[in-house]
Amino acid sequence: MSRKRSTVFPGRYELIGQICDFVLAGASEAGFDPDATFQVNLACDEACTNIIEHAYNGEDNGEIFVSWEIRDNSFIITLHDNGEPFDPAAVPKPVIPTDPAQINQLQVGGLGLHLMRKVMDDVHFRFDDNGNVVIMTKRLPPRSAPAPRPPAAPAPQEQEET
Amino acid sequence: MTNFAINVESFKRVDLVTVAGRVDSSNASELDTALQSLLDNNRNNIVLDLSQVTYMSSAGLRAVVSALRESKKNGGDLRLASPSERVLEVLELSGLNTLFEKFDDLTHAVGSF
Repeated sequence: MSRKRSTVFPGRYELIGQICDFVLAGASEAGFDPDATFQVNLACDEACTNIIEHAYNGEDNGEIFVSWEIRDNSFIITLHDNGEPFDPAAVPKPVIPTDPAQINQLQVGGLGLHLMRKVMDDVHFRFDDNGNVVIMTKRLPPRSAPAPRPPAAPAPQEQEET
Repeated sequence: MTNFAINVESFKRVDLVTVAGRVDSSNASELDTALQSLLDNNRNNIVLDLSQVTYMSSAGLRAVVSALRESKKNGGDLRLASPSERVLEVLELSGLNTLFEKFDDLTHAVGSF
C-alpha cells in the first residue's frame, strides 16, 4: 500500500520551513523518530535552498512542487522545479580540514548537497523538459518485533451467560 | 517553536552573540551581518551561544564558519557555548565540529578569552 501527498509553494526562502513542515507530516506518518525526522527536515531544507539559489537564481522566480510518498519500505521526497538545469556533478565537494590551524583551506561550497547525501539513503537528480527533479529516499524504520507470547494458560471453562 | 532571534552583548574582551530558534537560508544573512559587524569593528573574540538553536542548516553553518575564519585571521577566535543537540549533529554531519572550540556553559566560554 502506498500513501502520497503533493502540493506546490512559491520559491521563497521564508516558505522553506512550511515546505519542510508539509514533508514532516509525512515523516511522522512514516514513523520516523525525532533524529530521523530532523534529518528529513535538513535534506528538504537543503534541497529547497538549492532550487531557489541555483535553479531559480533567486526568490520568486518560480514554484517548488513537492510530494512525499510512503511506499514499500521507503519514504520518498520529490521536489520539482521549472528552473535552469542543475548539475550536481558540477558542484564542488566541500573541503573541510580537521585541524583548526588549517582553517584557511576550508571551502564550504557544496555543503548543502553533502548534507543531503549524508542524511538520506539515496539522492537522485534528473533534468527533463519540465525542469529539475530531485528524488530523496530514506528507508523506513524497522517495525518493532511483536512481543513474545506468554506461555499458554489452561483454557478457562466457557460459561454461558444467562 | 522558538522564534529566530539574535542578541549581542559586549564585554571588555569578548562579545557574546546569543542565537535562538531556527537558523536557515531565510535568516542566516541576519546572523552573518551580526557577526561581520563585530569583526568589522575589530571585535574578534566572539562567543556564540547556540543553546537555544532548534535547527541549523548549511546556510547558518556558512555564516558561523565565515566568522570563525575571519576572527582567526585577525588574531581572535569564535568559540561555541553549549551548542544544542541539533547544532552538534549538523556540525558532526558536516565535518566542521573539529574546527570549533566548544564549552558546556557560557561562563567558561566567556572566561576562556
